[in-house]
Amino acid sequence: MTGLLTAVLSGFVLALVAPWVHRLAPRRSGWLLASLPFVLTVYFVSYVGPLAHGDTFRTAFAWVPFLGINLTFLLDGLSLLFCLLITGIGTLVVIYSGGYLAGHPQLGRFYAYILMFMASMLGVVLSDNAIALFVFWELTSLSSFFLIGFYHEREESRVAALQALLVTGLGGLALMAGLLLMGRIYGSLELTQMMAQGGGPLQSSPLFLPILFLVLAGAFTKSAQFPFHIWLPNAMEAPAPVSTYLHAATMVKAGIYLMARVNPLFLGSEAWFWMLVGAGTVTMLLGAYLAMVQSDLKRMLAYSTVSALGTLTLLLGMGTTRAAEAAMAYLLVHGLYKGTLFLTAGAVDHGTGTRDVNELGGLRQAMPITALAAGLAALSMAGIPPFFGFIGKEAIYVAALGSPTAQGLVTAAALIANLLFVAIGLMVGIRPFFGALRETPHPPHEGSVDLWVGPLILGTLGLIAGLAPGVLGHDFVLRAASAVLGRTVETHLSLWHGWNTAVALSLVTFAAGLTVFAIREPLGRIMGAVARALGPVGPARGYFHLLDGTLGLARAVTRVFQSGYLNRYLLFVLFTTVGLAGYTLFFRAGFAWPKEILGVRFYEAGLVAVMLVAALAAVRSRNRLATVIALGVVGYGVGLIFLFFGAPDLAMTQILVETLTVILFVLVFFRMPKFVVLSRSAGMRFLDASIALASGGLMTALVLTAVKVQWKPSIASYFSENSLSLAKGHNIVNVILVDFRGFDTLGEITVLSVAGVGVYGLLKLRARKGEAP
Amino acid sequence: MKSVILSATARFLLPILFMFSLFLLVRGHNLPGGGFVGGLVAAAAFVLYAIAHDVEEARRLLRANTISLLGVGLLVALGSGLLSLVYGESFMTGLWYRHHVPVLGKLGTPVVFDIGVYMVVLGATLTVLFTLLED
Repeated sequence: MTGLLTAVLSGFVLALVAPWVHRLAPRRSGWLLASLPFVLTVYFVSYVGPLAHGDTFRTAFAWVPFLGINLTFLLDGLSLLFCLLITGIGTLVVIYSGGYLAGHPQLGRFYAYILMFMASMLGVVLSDNAIALFVFWELTSLSSFFLIGFYHEREESRVAALQALLVTGLGGLALMAGLLLMGRIYGSLELTQMMAQGGGPLQSSPLFLPILFLVLAGAFTKSAQFPFHIWLPNAMEAPAPVSTYLHAATMVKAGIYLMARVNPLFLGSEAWFWMLVGAGTVTMLLGAYLAMVQSDLKRMLAYSTVSALGTLTLLLGMGTTRAAEAAMAYLLVHGLYKGTLFLTAGAVDHGTGTRDVNELGGLRQAMPITALAAGLAALSMAGIPPFFGFIGKEAIYVAALGSPTAQGLVTAAALIANLLFVAIGLMVGIRPFFGALRETPHPPHEGSVDLWVGPLILGTLGLIAGLAPGVLGHDFVLRAASAVLGRTVETHLSLWHGWNTAVALSLVTFAAGLTVFAIREPLGRIMGAVARALGPVGPARGYFHLLDGTLGLARAVTRVFQSGYLNRYLLFVLFTTVGLAGYTLFFRAGFAWPKEILGVRFYEAGLVAVMLVAALAAVRSRNRLATVIALGVVGYGVGLIFLFFGAPDLAMTQILVETLTVILFVLVFFRMPKFVVLSRSAGMRFLDASIALASGGLMTALVLTAVKVQWKPSIASYFSENSLSLAKGHNIVNVILVDFRGFDTLGEITVLSVAGVGVYGLLKLRARKGEAP
Repeated sequence: MKSVILSATARFLLPILFMFSLFLLVRGHNLPGGGFVGGLVAAAAFVLYAIAHDVEEARRLLRANTISLLGVGLLVALGSGLLSLVYGESFMTGLWYRHHVPVLGKLGTPVVFDIGVYMVVLGATLTVLFTLLED
């Protein structure tokens, strides 16, 4: 059962070598690289049979076992549905990318990103361990960041990439907190272990609501639920294959996957129901509304994706068998038609140079295959029988009519969203290809086979799935819905259930949808005016206010702390140290005067007197050189004290450091401005003096206390006893440095190196810029 | 600042101080000394020479680029710690060569680590001081 691990990791490995594969075979690289997702698709298809009998497959690899973090993978009906979407659409998208970005100098890098994304996404839907899931989850955010910002020379791309990363990344952190809390309640980070204990322990916990909000923060940001939907339309800056793969078919469904996966634990709680149904309904209506007022093909599709994600959230929230079944069916329906439409939108953009629906028309002559694929997908999106979209829509109505509460409201909302979808489907998938041919930036032409094979296959699948719903119904939807509910369910997917309310609602949907399509221009103007009027209070502006506010706060904090005046830095550092260490020493640890003071020899007293005089001179002096010499005297004095008390190593080092410091100071003086007294007022001088005396006093108190404290057992005796036997050295100081505490020393020499290179860089860079160094 | 006495003295002192720094490095494991002090002494020797003559000449005598010295030293120190992983011990476990080695006495990874420290200290100190002396 190492197959699942290989399936996840192989994508990462191929991502590493993808740029070289592309360099070796630039023309065929798309087809070559698509062989991995294709093989994985076949691999997952081979599990369809065994899973249909209700088996699940689980495999575990130790990662950090003592923290309970393992690479545990679970393949059940829900994972399988997602895996097939990921690898199947992934195959077609990789092929499409080769044609869409043909000749782009960074195509090799693009393959690396998209394969890394595919592998991360497989990791998300297969992980049974909460931490592994979180890691893969963040990897999808990261690869999404690279892919949205692929046209990195464009500012809009960079802004959009950052926005997506910030929104989904912050959500991801919330999710991690939620998962860790769940792990504490259940005593295990494995989701199957949690499922085995059921929702009881979680829902009776006082932390239930915080956990719910944290987990939903992760799911809602990823799946673009209101008010976090703002990043998704902006992510359309990405190349078309990315929009297809990440922002229609898979990544935005990761949030849906998460809600579906943990659904058995949260099911039955009021908060879960209302959060999902509320956010889902709002998102569904808002997305469909905003899709209507766009003119860019990709932005229309993006907003309709937001709406579809809202529908899925709503369905998951209802918690009924019919709703779970509808959610899984609609997930597949949406993946198929939306994937197709994004790919054809990219092909249209590629073939004509524009994506503006108002500039497109009559393309069916020039781009017949693209027109066919788009038409198939549009009819599925509109929910026309016998397409799979019809079955999906019927399932939604059946679920809405069977909602535990608020049937009327939910059904009405679904009706509005669906009738708008009819109009949007016609506008993006049919309208550009019919009517009179319009003038476009370059004369329309059909793309290469790479550009039409993907959408054609996906579009056709939407039709086949509609004609033979039994296969998909029993093998995927049934098992996936069972996993969502945590119990085995029967499914009722079929093209024709006889005359019932859902069919009546479908007829109303068609009629109203066609009407909306007919009056789309005047209606779009009115809807657009309303959307613009409400724009300033929307979350899209809110994001930028929040971002600007954060940056402003960071600037203000920097201005205070990074003033550029050394005395102020010292003030902050010493004040904090004295405050924190002093508080701990006097109030927590307890300070006591030593009971006896050892005799002071006359030369020690003399040395201390010299050091005190030198210190006073250093403070009083207005001449830098004199100050440094005075400080040097203090330093050599400390060195001598080390020598008196039998620490020749320390003394030697102290004296050398002191010598080199004096040289360093002298060298630096050449380039320093004129000596300025910064603390001129009496108040400032008083403050400086008190900080200086306080830090000196604190050090004294610390040393006196440290002498008294007896660690049990004393580490010093351990060192002296084992220095020779374990570390084969007589010099304990050196043995501690290079052996017992060698790791600290490694850190210290690393810091030293960084500091050395840093000084070098600062001095050399300024010299190279032509400034006076 | 050209002084005949200083430049003549520095010419004699450089090899002596340099040898002394190596002596400190080698005996450090058993007697006062070690890589850190050794590195500082060597750095002081080269800085003295650079002040008495000029930096170019001091750099020539050092032969190695100061930043490379620092980097190689860091790698030597890190490598001495990694060696124990090969033997299945945890990172930075001291490994010792069983037989007596002339001059060093005993040879083990902590000694190699100390050599790395010596190189880093010498490299870092000279990088800063030479750069400052140069312009």
